[in-house]
Amino acid sequence: MTWEPVIGLEVHVQLATRSKCFSGSATLFGAPPNSLTDPVVLGLPGALPSFNRRALEMAITLGLACGCEIRARSRFARKHYFYPDLPKGYQISQYDEPLCEGGAVEVGGRAIRLRRIHLEEDAGKNIHQAGGRLSQVDLNRAGVPLIEVVSEPDIFSAAEAAAYMRELRELVRWYDISGGDMEKGQLRCDANVSLRPPGGSDLGTRTELKNINSFKFVAEAIEHEITRQAAILDEGGQVVQETRLWDADAGTSLSMRSKEEAMDYRYFPDPDLPPLEVDGEVLARVTSRLPKPRSAYRSSFTAAGNLSDEHIDYLTADRARAERYATVAGSEDGRLIANYMLQDPDGRLEAGHLKRLAELQRTATVSGNGAKQIIVELLRRGGDPDRIKDELGLAQVSDAAEIESIAADVVAANPSQAASYRAGKTALLGYFVGQLMKKSGGKANPQLASDILKKLLES
Amino acid sequence: MSLHYQPVGELVRLVRTRQLSAREVVAAHLARIAALDARLGTFLHIDEAGALRRADEIDAELARGSDPGPLAGVPIALKDILVTRDVPTTAGSRILAGWIPPYDATVVERLRAAGAVLIGKLNMDEFAMGSSTENSAFFPCRNPWDLERVPGGSSGGSAAAVAAGLCAASLGTDTGGSIRQPASLCGVVGLKPTYGRVSRWGVIAFASSLDQVGPLARSVADAALLFEVIAGFDPRDSTSIDQPAPRLSGALTAGARGLTIGRPREYDLPGVDPEVKRAVDAALALLADHGARIRDISLPNSAHALPTYYLVAPAEASSNLARYDGVRFGRRPEGASTSLLEMYRRTRGAGFGPEVKRRIMLGTFALRSGYYDAYYRKAQQVRALIAEDYRRAFAEVDLVASPTSPTPAFRLGEKADDPMAMYLADVFTLSCNLAGLPGISVPCGLTAGGLPIGLQLVGRPLDEATLIRAAAAHERAAGPAPHPPEMAAS
Repeated sequence: MTWEPVIGLEVHVQLATRSKCFSGSATLFGAPPNSLTDPVVLGLPGALPSFNRRALEMAITLGLACGCEIRARSRFARKHYFYPDLPKGYQISQYDEPLCEGGAVEVGGRAIRLRRIHLEEDAGKNIHQAGGRLSQVDLNRAGVPLIEVVSEPDIFSAAEAAAYMRELRELVRWYDISGGDMEKGQLRCDANVSLRPPGGSDLGTRTELKNINSFKFVAEAIEHEITRQAAILDEGGQVVQETRLWDADAGTSLSMRSKEEAMDYRYFPDPDLPPLEVDGEVLARVTSRLPKPRSAYRSSFTAAGNLSDEHIDYLTADRARAERYATVAGSEDGRLIANYMLQDPDGRLEAGHLKRLAELQRTATVSGNGAKQIIVELLRRGGDPDRIKDELGLAQVSDAAEIESIAADVVAANPSQAASYRAGKTALLGYFVGQLMKKSGGKANPQLASDILKKLLES
Repeated sequence: MSLHYQPVGELVRLVRTRQLSAREVVAAHLARIAALDARLGTFLHIDEAGALRRADEIDAELARGSDPGPLAGVPIALKDILVTRDVPTTAGSRILAGWIPPYDATVVERLRAAGAVLIGKLNMDEFAMGSSTENSAFFPCRNPWDLERVPGGSSGGSAAAVAAGLCAASLGTDTGGSIRQPASLCGVVGLKPTYGRVSRWGVIAFASSLDQVGPLARSVADAALLFEVIAGFDPRDSTSIDQPAPRLSGALTAGARGLTIGRPREYDLPGVDPEVKRAVDAALALLADHGARIRDISLPNSAHALPTYYLVAPAEASSNLARYDGVRFGRRPEGASTSLLEMYRRTRGAGFGPEVKRRIMLGTFALRSGYYDAYYRKAQQVRALIAEDYRRAFAEVDLVASPTSPTPAFRLGEKADDPMAMYLADVFTLSCNLAGLPGISVPCGLTAGGLPIGLQLVGRPLDEATLIRAAAAHERAAGPAPHPPEMAAS
């Protein structure tokens, strides 16, 4: 029979702070092993954590963007387990008093509700030598600030889970709180999956799927788990509540531990850290700096009326681009500048240059092709549009007298084509325009040339 | 002139005026340690070379005309729970044997910056768990008043070394009485500051919400001087209180007149030694003679302090001690590399002593899922009630007085096999930590058998000045506390 999958995701997001969550060591990817450590990161006896307020502001930013309630007073708690990459024998996390509660992420027009967003620190990494004879520990990642975004079981297909992850990635990038790169571990996803008869309201027994460490595996791993559970249920069996590990190479998952083996983390409030107070001042500061959401840019760009959907998608793909475009959206040169920006995905061109170039093209001082060439040059070697126009001789001839004189020469040099035109074969106008452009070295204003030729041939 | 019982202020004066070199002062103390400590067992590590080098630096600074600071040339020793850069630090535990820390505790930095000469690391109960220093993983420490008796604990080495004149003063830590009780048993002054007053950065954690560093010294003035140096805000400790260190010179001479001292009815317990009770009553009568008012008060939740403490402290300890896993520092025994589980089992099995294991198990149990509310959370609620008792009392009195310890120093081994009897040694000192208040123990006489007795005073939060004031008034009225009988050099 068919089953309805119910999925909840727990997503860990590495925050892009410069220093670690509870000490001054830097956060970098790919530094030599154990080079980003200090007494706090190493969990040396006597070392104490000091919370990095930047991580708090980033977490609040996402909370506000998702419409969460931000607790005026939350708490850090210790989560205990033994593992070599966890230096203190506990992870500083949040438990029953998380920073953010409620809220939602909109995916495909539907709100996926959030249960909570909380702050915690990352663990290090164990590196196992081939042959299993030696394991090493790299603590560079230990103490990097994370937020864990926990959704309600509001996701009903593997595809929707993947879409939710994409949306979350876009959100954290939009608000500059994380690189959002799954391959670098900046975004990590654990999925809770259960099945139930379609339309049911109770939840079936769930499994937790861990180690989904690449974007392309989100849907694949969850789909695999849905299929696995459906096969068990179809045969009248029962799903075992357990934690399973996704093996991307084998395209399958393995049981990691059962419910009975579930760890008792012995959470309790961390006595080294006072309660985390978010007063009105902090909230006001973060709110005042909160960037406008993508949807606001989309609707304002749509309202401008002169842009295609492709333009709008492109212009709102990242926040810097949208903010850049917002200053000209709806102006008479809005569409021209949107076109120019398509040529400049990294946003290297100066806003003033874009405006000037649009002015040159609008007044027919340069052609559309000329403008394209100028952008290529600006990106290649800098400078300004006017100088490049002059250096490359891209200024159009828009002097009617000069064009009339060339037009007369062209008509005189092609008597038979002129006769055919006058006999009704008006499609030959293109031929004359081509001849004129050639003779002018490509500099004549094509519209003006066409108008003058038409008048001359029809006179 | 014999140097080993000089007041701290006098040593500083002699060194600053160059009547004595810091090297002479330090060398004299090192010589006394060499002569006596084999029998006392106060030092776990003596940093002779480092101390003499530092003494020479201080002499050189003085020769250049600069001031090395308010503790210039004073030989000070540290409980081995305080992290010292390049100097071995064990917390009295085998699990840290051989660890050389790469950094200094804030209190150590501050002592160094004040010109103190750190001469070594002092014996203690393993991870500060104990009241006799018999739980040291290395060797027990003895009481200089009677070598068959314990010095108290857990800062037993800190108290005994000061009492025996092996250092001018010392630092200890106090989680449930670990400064005050050994100070009482060794006849010296021990100050436990308000929680948050002294930075815990670099203090090896036992119970984070209770631990506090403080001085042990032979006079109230010496204790005050050290406290001024080590106290004050430290951004590296998030529980540090953002207040400047108090100046205490005024308090030392202000006298007892105008102070009201409360005597809790609940502390009239059957287990209190009659000699201790008499000495404490006499000390309060003396303060009354000098203008203090003594009145009876009530701390109704006192009886809950012991069980509350033995939930909170082991729970936090079980968490704080999780980091001793054999991965990054300390000792990993033979055969511990066969598997992850074996590494943990063997490292912790061989590294921790029985009292530490007992408390880790107690704390682990108390924090288990489903038990947290009944134990740790409930204990925290009772803790709030105990603090409220004091808050009410301090509306009527300035200080709360009691014996520091219900008995004078007991014999080695006397309570070693009876954890409950040992835990009761702290019955008067625990609630001060649970409420985060400052407390002091000052000598108030000897038993007929010649053992010291201590008076404990507990004050309002951040009001160490009033503690110092009353303690100094008592000291002036009673006369300087006696030194233990001189031991023959071995």
